[in-house]
Amino acid sequence: MDKFRMMFQFLQSNQESFMNGICGIMALASAQMYSAFEFNCPCMPEYNYAYGIGLLLIPPIWFFLLGFVLNNNVSVLAEEWKRPAGQRRKDPTILRYMFVSITQRSLIAPMVWVSVTLMDGKSFLCAFSVDLNIERFGNYSLLNGMSEMEKLKLLARIPCKDLFEHQEIRVAASRYIKCISQACGWMFLLMMTFTAFLIRAIRPCFTQAAFLKTKYWSHYIDIERKMFDDTCKEHAKSFAKVCIQQYFEGISGEMRGFHNQRSSKDDSEDEDGDNKKSDEEKLLGIRAQDDMNKVLWNWHTCKPALALRKENTNGEHNGTLNGEANGATNGFVKGHTHGVEKKEWAVYYSKV
Amino acid sequence: MERMKLVLQYFQSNSESISNGICIVLALVSVKLYTSFDFNCPCLPQYNKLYSLGVMLVPPVILFFLGVLVNRHTGVMMDEWMRPIGNRSKNPAVVKYLFSAMLQRALLAPMVWILVTLLDGKIFICAFSVSVDPALFSGLPNNTGLDVIRIMAKVPCKEDLIFRNSSFRKAVSRYVRCYSQAFGWSILLFLIVLGAMGRLIKPCFDDHGTFLQTRYWSNYLDVEQKLFDETCVLHARDFARKCVVQFFEDMREDEIICLPHPPFIPRSGEQWEEEEERLHGISRQEQVDQLLSKWYNSKPVLDVTRIAHRPRPCVTWEDRQGKTLYSDV
Repeated sequence: MDKFRMMFQFLQSNQESFMNGICGIMALASAQMYSAFEFNCPCMPEYNYAYGIGLLLIPPIWFFLLGFVLNNNVSVLAEEWKRPAGQRRKDPTILRYMFVSITQRSLIAPMVWVSVTLMDGKSFLCAFSVDLNIERFGNYSLLNGMSEMEKLKLLARIPCKDLFEHQEIRVAASRYIKCISQACGWMFLLMMTFTAFLIRAIRPCFTQAAFLKTKYWSHYIDIERKMFDDTCKEHAKSFAKVCIQQYFEGISGEMRGFHNQRSSKDDSEDEDGDNKKSDEEKLLGIRAQDDMNKVLWNWHTCKPALALRKENTNGEHNGTLNGEANGATNGFVKGHTHGVEKKEWAVYYSKV
Repeated sequence: MERMKLVLQYFQSNSESISNGICIVLALVSVKLYTSFDFNCPCLPQYNKLYSLGVMLVPPVILFFLGVLVNRHTGVMMDEWMRPIGNRSKNPAVVKYLFSAMLQRALLAPMVWILVTLLDGKIFICAFSVSVDPALFSGLPNNTGLDVIRIMAKVPCKEDLIFRNSSFRKAVSRYVRCYSQAFGWSILLFLIVLGAMGRLIKPCFDDHGTFLQTRYWSNYLDVEQKLFDETCVLHARDFARKCVVQFFEDMREDEIICLPHPPFIPRSGEQWEEEEERLHGISRQEQVDQLLSKWYNSKPVLDVTRIAHRPRPCVTWEDRQGKTLYSDV
């Protein structure tokens, strides 16, 4: 039971925890990127707004798309969506479920960026300094007698420490805008958390049974894909092994036959000869330099066909099984049905 | 590494201790969030109070929702509450127990935030500096041309120039911070006393036997859900493997070999038979290509009855008189 638990944890840890880990790493990367980024407001009325709001909104879009790129389930979703229906029906609820879970995970890093940007306040200050009303901060007669354009230019320079001379106004204005920015940030976080709460805590009220079914089958699709890849890999490995061995044997046919006749007599005798026998076997009959050169040369110039010969140890057995299995696409092996179990009779004789 | 695994397994085995762990992590996150948050008092009479109360109250609401979200018991409780009765009767006491456990754990991180803000004092200073009577302190700057309210509103801002040469700002800050810390400690004391009283008095009112039952069945529901998820995952894995193997085997065909019989005796070994088995009868490039393209174009039916219920011989042992001694049937 313990082994199963460990295996389950490993399985789980490979799927959901892996994706959650990627999600967390991206969120941290997003916060780190913001603090490493050197914010550089242009301090000109025409460009401030574009720069400030652009810095607030474009990196989140980039993180969102990156989340899709890094998520393995996107290709599973695309494959399931585009495949022909064939013998297996397509269930749109599964596609929706997969899409929603991918989207939820991808939204975390953009959210972190937007929150950190709003809490820091620099982008709002850059974008909205031209809309300020300076009278609010005290009796400042700075703007008296200035044209509109000059007023805008002066206000636009507020975010830049070294371009704006009146420190008190600058400090007061940046505090004010930073407040508003932080208030927006907290409201944004509150809205997101409340939405997530509604989705997670209230959903069971509505569609729990259908949800369990959808969760099982979308998880199944993922596992089936992995199993298919694993089986193909195993198959390719065995294919390659058998192909190469048959190639070697094909080249060294005569020597091999002689060697095998001799060793098959030793088979039944001793087990000490086992190690020696397997080393001999591994040579696959190639013992001379010329033979080996021939093997290597032919491997490049004339690779063997991708068609394995069946071994004939239990040749007849294989043939009959294949024949029966082939006629069995409708589910019944020749001569057997599922419901009927073959009874074998054993009679017990005692000499007591 | 083994010890870590053991510790993790211990925590995961008991659903309550993992909830407690998450609760504590959230409290630590709340402290870290406060220290990394750049508190920025607007220093304007109209906005000080609004900003401060916002910062004191909105993050606890967010942390509360987060606490409810990450708690496993939320899901278990909602499932148990909303499920149809079916064959299993519903026990409202279990739902109530789960609800109160979830609520208590979710309230920890907000309380930590509120206490930390009160003990630190910045928020109180920002909110209530305008309410302080400046006559209590000496050194009020009177040469700035601003009215008293505006000056008091500027007290939380350290770098403001009007307070450059006087100790007025520091005195007022200290005064308000005292109040803030006193308030914080009183709240903490009140909560602890409340908790202690609850713990001591509860056995007088509640039936301990019923309580043990309720706690047992809540834990049971949690474990049952976890095991169900586990079993589903393992089942999906087995199902997938059988489905894939069945798909491979269905692509097998009869082999007509038109080659001369190989001159040598092939080796007999288990290794060889294993390899054969892993090939599942697919041994040509065209077969592999056909298999891969069919996998995409026409995925197999989700039905592994054939491979899961392969007919097997059943043996029945009988004695001389024909009485059945043992049967596989």
